[in-house]
Amino acid sequence: MSGLPLIALVGNPNAGKSALFNALTGARQKLGNYPGVTVERKAGRLALPDGRPVELVDLPGTYSLDPNSPDEQVTRNVVMGKQVGEKQPDALVVVVDAANLDNHLRFTLELLALGLPTIVALNMVDLATRDGLELDPAVLSRELGVPVISTVAVRKRGLDHLRQALEGVLNGAPPPYPSASERSFDAVRKEAGRIARATIVRETPSRRLTAAVDRVALHPVFGLLLLLGLLFVMFQAVYTWSEAPMAMIEGLAETAANAVRSALPDGIFRSFLVDGVINGVGSVVVFLPQILILFFFILMLEATGYMVRAAFLMDGLMARVGLSGRAFIPLLSSFACAIPGIMATRTIADPKDRLTTILIAPLMTCSARLPVYAVIIGAFIPARDIFPGVGLQGFVLFTLYLAGIIGAMLVALALRFTVTKGASGGFLMEMPKYQWPRPQDILLGLWQRAMIFLKRAGTIIFTSTVILWLLLSFPRVPDGDPTSQVDHSIAGRIASGLNVVLEPIGFNRDISLALIPAMAAREVAVSAIGTVYAIDDAEGESGTRAISDRLRGRWSLPTALAFLMWFVFAPQCISTIAVTKRETNGWRWPMFMVGYLFALAYIAAGATYWAATAIGL
Amino acid sequence: MRLSELPLRQPAYVDLIDWSAITPSEGQRLREFGLCEGASVEALHHGGMILKGPIACRIGRMTIAMRRSHAAAVTVRTGPEKAA
Repeated sequence: MSGLPLIALVGNPNAGKSALFNALTGARQKLGNYPGVTVERKAGRLALPDGRPVELVDLPGTYSLDPNSPDEQVTRNVVMGKQVGEKQPDALVVVVDAANLDNHLRFTLELLALGLPTIVALNMVDLATRDGLELDPAVLSRELGVPVISTVAVRKRGLDHLRQALEGVLNGAPPPYPSASERSFDAVRKEAGRIARATIVRETPSRRLTAAVDRVALHPVFGLLLLLGLLFVMFQAVYTWSEAPMAMIEGLAETAANAVRSALPDGIFRSFLVDGVINGVGSVVVFLPQILILFFFILMLEATGYMVRAAFLMDGLMARVGLSGRAFIPLLSSFACAIPGIMATRTIADPKDRLTTILIAPLMTCSARLPVYAVIIGAFIPARDIFPGVGLQGFVLFTLYLAGIIGAMLVALALRFTVTKGASGGFLMEMPKYQWPRPQDILLGLWQRAMIFLKRAGTIIFTSTVILWLLLSFPRVPDGDPTSQVDHSIAGRIASGLNVVLEPIGFNRDISLALIPAMAAREVAVSAIGTVYAIDDAEGESGTRAISDRLRGRWSLPTALAFLMWFVFAPQCISTIAVTKRETNGWRWPMFMVGYLFALAYIAAGATYWAATAIGL
Repeated sequence: MRLSELPLRQPAYVDLIDWSAITPSEGQRLREFGLCEGASVEALHHGGMILKGPIACRIGRMTIAMRRSHAAAVTVRTGPEKAA
């Protein structure tokens, strides 16, 4: 916490709060968490016209101070000064959608009753004008008794006015009247309606873009086709768009490895740098382009307002397995990473819906599995077409994604009849207007994801790779001894023990070895296998392509397929387990999750291995 | 007529809401969405063909999605506006 004055940005969901926050603070944002909960705390700095810095915090959007979910609880706690780790704000900026005054003013009145210095940002005035609304901010200001500033996040003038007004309220302009009596919900609603009617100067119904798009996007047939088409383009793009940047990163790692090789004499330190650091971290960082492309689509779907439409289309289907369409959003995010996916479940009000969604989120094929799938498929599945234009490799990958989805649906159904038994919650969502997101907002979102990923690569992945390298490199094989370095090492001996359990499902010693550090993060499996074979084969070239070549010589096809199936289900990600613990307040559910996922992984990998062996693959 | 039976894109007004058919927290959310007796409503889209999906409707200025079971708890009236 800084000693700066704290301003909280608060308002209804879809009031354009985050875009306004980005416009006010720029790229200098700090992402964190409120202690004890996984609700993200977004804060940034902003300079007032007199040069004084203030801290601006973006609170989760909510419809009232009666919380319905964990993130709405945080908003209530912060504005009331009851949130641990956050002081009560010195002033509020209430963000109101100009096109939805009646509803948003009701919440505004509720906030004004707190008696904090307040400014109302009448936001998205441009969209309201597009829909034929003409408003008088002066009337609104007089009615509410606080400054009202018209803002459009992309236009500088409104933002300057907002900063001036903030300076005014911080310099001690009179705060709004604290309402003495508790007014009923209906009384506040009627008051909000009256103020809205007074503020609206003119209303000419105009052609609404959103209604026109929704006729297609929510159509029972065309809407579903559009959704499937979008998902298809998204997964295609993850592969096709990423080829060039991935080749570039691989080239960079190769150059770095060669530079180290020529600069240093052969020895233990060179092996550490080349096999441990450059190969290990490089084989994971290479997937940054794919992860960013996936996040790009998810951020776009959210920012345009399409994601809620997807939830609407999927609700009928999701209801069949005891979930709601609302669960579709966290589950789709889980294709990028289960952690933001699980965190996104906090918008699900029904506790049983929410728990079920958390428990199946790790079954969605996250981007960390991609490196594993890509390497194994590249090595074992021939690159030929099964139909014109449909490659066998792509088909296998699609099957793996599908296996995860079908697994998740079956598990959800099973959970709904057992551990999360009970009436399922409903499906209630606001459908925001479509809007074209500001490129800056999308870029900022991508930048933040990239930083999170690189930090992960730099810490968890780097550490586990280096530890594995150490365990593999010591004790050294004495000169002239014919046993391989891996067999002789500490890691090799641990893996031989674990292999007793894993051998029946077709896993060899090297796989058992890779699975240990891959508990930290799935991608590590690739770098771990890379490190194992690089240490055994010191003369060979490095890089992902080299891993493929080495794998082909050492694994049978049934083993490779079993390994893929293992990764569809296995809960190999400490961060996911940790976030599940935090979200469910205890060890019970994460332990349950780990248990059922390992059981499924073992059965699925085993069945695949035995079946593939039986048909003679 | 119930909101779940209201033909698409036919403006109507809320006559009566059977709050007992809706859980308290969902009832609160619906109130926050502006659902109240006298509010103007319009059914916009029905989701799903074979599997009966939710209904998208306009309440006041807001477009919201709700399940059919909720829409069935709302009685609506077409015709001229009555003072709310």
